[in-house]
Amino acid sequence: MTAILTLTVLVLIAISLWQVAKIFEMSQSKVDNSQVANDRDNDTQGKLMFAFLAFLYTLTLFSFWKWGDVLLPAAASEHGSDYDNLMWISFALIFFVQTVTQALLHYFSFKYRGEPGKKALFYADNNRLEAIWTIIPVITLAGLILYGLYTWNNIMTVEENDEALVVELYAQQFNWKARYSGEDGVLGDANVRFLQDFDGKNLVGIDATDPNGLDDVVTQELHLPVGREIIFKMRSQDVLHSAYMPHFRAQMNCVPGMITEFAFTPITTTEDMRRDPDIIAKVNKINKIRVENSKELVANGEEALEPYTFDYILLCNKICGASHYNMQMKIIVETPEEYEAWMSQQQTFAQVIQ
Amino acid sequence: MSAVEHNHEEDHGHHKETFITKYIFSTDHKMISKQYLITGLFMGIIGIAMSLMFRLQLAWPEKSFGIFEVLLGKWAPDGVMDPNVYLALVTIHGTIMVFFVLTAGLSGTFSNLLIPLQIGARDMASGLLNMISFWLFFLSSIIMIASLFVEAGPAAAGWTIYPPLSALPQAQPGSGLGMTLWLVSMAIFVASSLLGSLNYIVTVINLRVKGMTMSRLPLTIWAFFVTAIIGVVSFPVLLSAALLLIMDRSFGTSFFLSDIFIQGEVLHYQGGSPVLYEHLFWFLGHPEVYIVLLPALGITSEIIATNSRKPIFGYRAMVISIIAIAFLSTIVWGHHMFISGMNPFLGSVFTFTTLLIAIPSAVKAFNYITTLWKGNLQLNPAMLFSIGLVSTFISGGLTGIILGDSTLDINVHDTYFVVAHFHLVMGISALYGLFAGVYHWFPKMFGRMMNKNLGYFHFWVTAVCAYGVFFPMHFIGMAGLPRRYYTNTAFPYFDDIADINVVITVFALIAGAAQLVFLYNFISSIFYGKKAEENPWRSNTMEWTTPVEHMHGNWPGAIPEVHRWAYDYSKPGQEEDFVSQIVPLKEGEKELQH
Repeated sequence: MTAILTLTVLVLIAISLWQVAKIFEMSQSKVDNSQVANDRDNDTQGKLMFAFLAFLYTLTLFSFWKWGDVLLPAAASEHGSDYDNLMWISFALIFFVQTVTQALLHYFSFKYRGEPGKKALFYADNNRLEAIWTIIPVITLAGLILYGLYTWNNIMTVEENDEALVVELYAQQFNWKARYSGEDGVLGDANVRFLQDFDGKNLVGIDATDPNGLDDVVTQELHLPVGREIIFKMRSQDVLHSAYMPHFRAQMNCVPGMITEFAFTPITTTEDMRRDPDIIAKVNKINKIRVENSKELVANGEEALEPYTFDYILLCNKICGASHYNMQMKIIVETPEEYEAWMSQQQTFAQVIQ
Repeated sequence: MSAVEHNHEEDHGHHKETFITKYIFSTDHKMISKQYLITGLFMGIIGIAMSLMFRLQLAWPEKSFGIFEVLLGKWAPDGVMDPNVYLALVTIHGTIMVFFVLTAGLSGTFSNLLIPLQIGARDMASGLLNMISFWLFFLSSIIMIASLFVEAGPAAAGWTIYPPLSALPQAQPGSGLGMTLWLVSMAIFVASSLLGSLNYIVTVINLRVKGMTMSRLPLTIWAFFVTAIIGVVSFPVLLSAALLLIMDRSFGTSFFLSDIFIQGEVLHYQGGSPVLYEHLFWFLGHPEVYIVLLPALGITSEIIATNSRKPIFGYRAMVISIIAIAFLSTIVWGHHMFISGMNPFLGSVFTFTTLLIAIPSAVKAFNYITTLWKGNLQLNPAMLFSIGLVSTFISGGLTGIILGDSTLDINVHDTYFVVAHFHLVMGISALYGLFAGVYHWFPKMFGRMMNKNLGYFHFWVTAVCAYGVFFPMHFIGMAGLPRRYYTNTAFPYFDDIADINVVITVFALIAGAAQLVFLYNFISSIFYGKKAEENPWRSNTMEWTTPVEHMHGNWPGAIPEVHRWAYDYSKPGQEEDFVSQIVPLKEGEKELQH
């Protein structure tokens, strides 16, 4: 029933638009039917062009005022501030260029709108002018490229070292697992062929004959000690996934048949982040929305939404199938002591398969 | 040249046209161009309708919509869309818009219409190949549409169809027969595109009329010519990727697959790599952006110059920019793969080449703006869409500086920031180019004028809504929301951006409705539009020297010789503010050295 209703409404809307268009056309056709812009059209459309510039600026300002707080969440990794600096510099630059060029484009469209008796200037070339607007982007971009590549190298150069914690992120449709390297600091060999060993208890396919793997720990939550470099090794068992951790400015695809890596050092514990004023404001805002949404749910006899508390998240960011939108893992950054305490409660691979 | 004329005379004597040879299996470039346009518009309606459906889902994920049940049937029980169908809609929307509307619909239409007319040729170099090219395109459209009706649903792995998701029916239902049809359709599409492109290249090189030197070519032709070259260079690579994927899917090879465990089973694939597929795909995929965009920029150059009543500023720089963009476009594909697991050093190289593209792009944008300066702007609908194109090209292009930078890409890769970026810079811009072209050359195609007031209405609603949709989208991207999420309710963290999604969807629905006004204008003008004059926009290019009524061979007598470039608008010493390319130089008049 609703289907027919909706369809009828849509058809009616379409028909009415068609009719409006027709009326619009008929009311105009008596004035002029050459269908080529006349002086009055040029005048109106030129002014509208200028109005459009105002619309663009208003939309920009409104968006920043209303939604500015959702841009780039607070950074929680060591390289995060480098990333953010580069981002805001690039942003400032494109914001400036956008403001100026849109102004010129729309102002010229307004200022030089056709008028009776006007003649355009025959102006076909100016090498100096063109050299200027070739060279300025060249210099600006050279700066951006150098700065960008410098930061890129710093972020992407992963050096194995004894201090770092090695963690494997293991992706499958549609959840994540983490594998810690245990006391020896070395991940045991693994392959999907071992997944069926030990009645399915071998969750990430560790090779039981490799002694390095026996002390490995597989978990459903990602716990990270603050202030220590984490080297992630990514694997996938089925399709492409992407491990995306927006707060840490970190992302790397998980590719079946290959191990990819990414490293960062978390600098803020989950607890500290929850006390951050911006995060508090965000959580309050979200909870207000959730209370609002719950009212409707409760009225329909459903359960109310649980209040939200802040946690770092790991999302899948490469299309991977039906539940792609819900492939997530909680990340908990904690003090080294808390981390050790949590780790000591976990079972090693050797214990799991006993 | 005389040989061509001779053939043409002969044609008139012996060749009798039937309905079928005139309207269906026509070898006339003007008819083929209309066939491309109408097929492209039809596909566009499907593509846009799909986007409206998934926008509804994104804005109100908890609600059920009767329209879903009507259109999607069992895939939307009780009006609630199935997640697999959401992915299918996104996938087919992307495929249709990129390939069927903005490649075939835009380039196919205007390359076919304008190359012979603007260079002074009787027809394409091979009318037969041209006809085959269209019918292959038509066939691939039919197969793509047929794939929507298969039991398990159409392809749903994203328009980039990365394996293993696209290779394994176990991974998602759309990767069964739906994906097979997608691949077959695209393989035929590539064949069609290659035949078309080769024809365009040969025609531009060989069939220019006397006096039409390369440096006198209108920028439209330069753009179509260079686009065809990129197509010939890169489309075959997509074909090879599709063939290898077909092998993996159906014949058990392991080009792209390795070490896979799915649904309780270890598959036999060993040693392949999905990253290889990504390289092959983007070797076409990135140039494809410019295959879509360059024709739109060519159309814009022509329309802005004509309607500004001024020469295009910096003709030579514009040509060099087109060539530079085309060249660079083939060596930047890796910027889609910064975090694919490829060596970070490669990422550095691709960052460098990618950001270089900003230079010719900036030159083009500034040259457009300077062309407007001190003009006498005739603000026809085509002109508005061209100015709109420059605006969205700048807005969308600028965010490319962020995405092209491997470092910054880490956190915005595959988020809505990317969606906003490419929709503005190639989606909306190229659509504006298509609309501008239709409004401008409608008199040439159909011998009638489109209604300008409906055109104005269409432009302003579309322009406001395009920014209304894609500007706020940058914000949800920067907030970290991944694309291709069926709903963002699984993450309470994103609850505070739900209202942005509603705003976007409302603008999208209005924009969709505004396109109905265009359709009405288009269809009714074909039959009832005001009869066109020979040169309604007072333009210099050669297509406006042909009679309004279409005829085989384009010009009734000999093809007029060309004496000047295409941009002698408002030239001092001339009575009119335009001088057709076929008008000889006056005594003592100098041709501009460009």
